[in-house]
Amino acid sequence: MPKGSLTALLGPSGGGKSTLLRVIAGLEKPDAGTVEIDGQDLTNVAVRERGVGFCFQHYAPFRHLTVRRNVAFGLEVRRRPKAEIRDRVDELLELVRISHLADRYPSQLSGGQRQRMALARALAIEPRVLLLDEPFGALDAQVRQQLRVWLRELHQKISVTTVLVTHDQEEALEVADRLAIIHEGRLEQIGEPAEMYDHPANEFVMKFLGPTTRLDGQWVRPHDLVLHHDATFGGQPSVVERVTHLGFEVRVDLALPKGETCWVQLSRGAASELRLASGDEVWVSHSDLTPSAAPSPAAELSAR
Amino acid sequence: MSERWRLPLRFVALGYLLVLIVLPVGFVFYRAFQHGFAAAWDAVTTPDALHALWLTLLVVLIAVTADTIFGVGTSLVLARHRFRGAWLLDAFIDLPLAISPVVVGLSLILVYGHTGWFGNWLAAHGIAVIFSVPGIVMASATVALPYVVREVLPVLQEIGTEQEQAAATLGASPFAVFRRITLPSIRQGLAYGITLTTARVLGEFGAVVVVSGAIEGKTQTMTLFIQASIENVQPTGAFAGAVILALIAIFVLAILGGRDERGSRTWRSRSPQSPSDTEMPLLSTT
Repeated sequence: MPKGSLTALLGPSGGGKSTLLRVIAGLEKPDAGTVEIDGQDLTNVAVRERGVGFCFQHYAPFRHLTVRRNVAFGLEVRRRPKAEIRDRVDELLELVRISHLADRYPSQLSGGQRQRMALARALAIEPRVLLLDEPFGALDAQVRQQLRVWLRELHQKISVTTVLVTHDQEEALEVADRLAIIHEGRLEQIGEPAEMYDHPANEFVMKFLGPTTRLDGQWVRPHDLVLHHDATFGGQPSVVERVTHLGFEVRVDLALPKGETCWVQLSRGAASELRLASGDEVWVSHSDLTPSAAPSPAAELSAR
Repeated sequence: MSERWRLPLRFVALGYLLVLIVLPVGFVFYRAFQHGFAAAWDAVTTPDALHALWLTLLVVLIAVTADTIFGVGTSLVLARHRFRGAWLLDAFIDLPLAISPVVVGLSLILVYGHTGWFGNWLAAHGIAVIFSVPGIVMASATVALPYVVREVLPVLQEIGTEQEQAAATLGASPFAVFRRITLPSIRQGLAYGITLTTARVLGEFGAVVVVSGAIEGKTQTMTLFIQASIENVQPTGAFAGAVILALIAIFVLAILGGRDERGSRTWRSRSPQSPSDTEMPLLSTT
């Protein structure tokens, strides 16, 4: 992972993302392979000497210490001078915007505040790598949204190489500048989010990163499909089964010949222009920019 | 609970306490000072009584220290490591509670007595265990062994390992993790465990009477002194001795258990959001 990047380990639960993160931190031992940071092999280096900042999913606050002492912990065990510790902690509390909570105990903080405290605590030791395990997993939706933006900004400010684990693809796409998709213990693909969304290496990555539907034996993004009332633009004839209005988008379920089905995601504007109703006959085709996953063997068979 | 039953239940609970604890203990205090404070004072300041008191305190100090170290160590092993036979160790810890203290004493004699397994070897090296202080300490430590483990182990299991791991990633050595994170976390449970251990060691009779030989002025602890006083028809000495034991126990309870009587239990049951957590007594580790 490049220095200064923010990489998201993304994948379904139980796929080994957190385990990988713990291996990097030294909390678990890998069966094989090595962990290198800055070109230095750390595979057999003890956790406490790795210089990694680790934020646990539930933040693991030291419940018997105040926020200030929590953040100071890494500096205290390094026996830094008191004045230096105080200044550094003040700076960090300012950075994560919880200066006013310095003398509280973790039990008196909200989830988001605890998360910030855990982050400040991890940053205090000036880690070479910052590791975040499901950083927003335990927060409610609104706070999660705010913290994502905040984390993104924070990362720009301090630019420490960061790896975070998430099972939420939206979160990964929003926060990270690099994605690593992990599934059943395997790395499926690693790269930039937009690149991977448009050119997924395989069906799994395609399905995981966004909505998919099947047309002509291929997996495609439902928002890359277009509908027409006549055959002038080509495409497949189909019958509208249902039109569902979901706020800014409209979902159209189609019945294709041979009993197949597929669905199309339209903007409200496009949908109202077409005046779709159940039972309408429409032609469905890929828009010009349609990327798709490499056809699966099954798709190749049906194409022959 | 219906209103109808509340009063009778309260009556039964308080009556139970009255009959079993308040009345007998009150009576002990009354009998101790029946002939005035001076008489009680004289009865417990004889050389034998003072020696018994000193011996009891010595045994408490050694046995409780040993049980505390062993208890914390065992709890850590059981809570933090998975190994074969863990359940067996877990079961063994409760054994002293299950078997009679007299049997504990007898089993020590079987092993360390002069006809026992190590008896000859120990005698050859001039070490006396049975009918001597080491035997009393071992018997006391054995019967009081479960308390620290039973108080500390659940707390360790409940706090989990994440705080310790977090401390490790922040650069803390295993010892620093223990001192700065683990120990403050188990502090209240540990204090309660030590209180129970101390109370048990202070009051132990059965196991000690078997291994000590109850030699006056030599291997006679306070409980043995009380019993001997009764046998010798010196009730004032017996009751005054009992009062001293009770006072020591109350003193220990006041220091270790006083701030939050059920220590860890109250703490554990509090919701994490509760602001009252600030009132938790805190150990500063600076």
